[in-house]
Amino acid sequence: MNALKAGMIAPEFTLAATPDQKVSLSEFRGRPVVLAFYPADWSPVCGDQLGLYNELKGEFDRYNATLIGISVDGIWCHLAFAKDRKYHFPLLSDFEPKGATAKAYGVYREKDGESERALFVIDGDGAIRWSYVSPVGINPGADGILRELEALGKTRSK
Amino acid sequence: MSSLAVPVSEEDHAQGSPGAAVTLLEYGDYQCPYCGQAYPIIKEVQAAMGLKLRFVFRNFPLTQAHPYAELAAEAAESAAVDGKFWEMHDALYENQAMISHDTMMEIARKLGLNLSRFVEDIRARKFMNHVRKDFMGGVKSGVNGTPCFFINGKRHDRPWDYETLSNSLASFDE
Repeated sequence: MNALKAGMIAPEFTLAATPDQKVSLSEFRGRPVVLAFYPADWSPVCGDQLGLYNELKGEFDRYNATLIGISVDGIWCHLAFAKDRKYHFPLLSDFEPKGATAKAYGVYREKDGESERALFVIDGDGAIRWSYVSPVGINPGADGILRELEALGKTRSK
Repeated sequence: MSSLAVPVSEEDHAQGSPGAAVTLLEYGDYQCPYCGQAYPIIKEVQAAMGLKLRFVFRNFPLTQAHPYAELAAEAAESAAVDGKFWEMHDALYENQAMISHDTMMEIARKLGLNLSRFVEDIRARKFMNHVRKDFMGGVKSGVNGTPCFFINGKRHDRPWDYETLSNSLASFDE
């Protein structure tokens, strides 16, 4: 499966963020969105990766960007995970049909029934500006995301 | 592979000679249990490599996960004013299980720091920006959790048990 690349339109999705609230990508039109697909709640590497993004809320705010985590875990699992780790950003549940959003972005691992560890930076017009698939065991950090948000900020202010 | 965005300079806290063949740099968090596990391993590696190795420590506190990490980072920076950075760094890791405001005061007293200055530095958050600068430099270098090691400027993406780490370090000493 090949991840969608820069220049492609980011597929629309509507996924649960809480038991009674759904979030659609199109709601964020006009501002950058960072999608962080990750394999599963609670696994140690994901925890570190999302924990790092959690420390960077101020940086994402500076670029007026919204960070969204997505995995195939159910919403109750997400709620417990986010509460335990004190996350300040939404975790969306790509649960039913399982992995449909990950499949649309080309980052679903059929064999494992989980998504890749993949990052997408989407601009205010809904176009993918940067995508990156990390080896599953390796936490991709945040340098690529921040570089792209900075570049986006520059093109916008021109 | 990610590489160090902020080169090692005189502003860094370093042990060993600037002329050493190998520089091991850690982005660490004083309350992170994995950094606590890495602490004696680094001591062992330093003892084995001697003058061939320089060790540099930069702050990477994950404040949302570790409530004392930021305070500890600022305490170590404040201790550096009295020339006691490494003493504070070591004491924080050696007492990690009971890390608290009181523990840090106790360490400061034992190290003979200028206590009124130390207390004022902590109260006024004097080193907050310094720690943040370390943190953001780390993020730009691809730091992805703690501890995160760089060997001669390249991120070490392998495990950091004694054997793996010392083999990786040795491969740079050629």
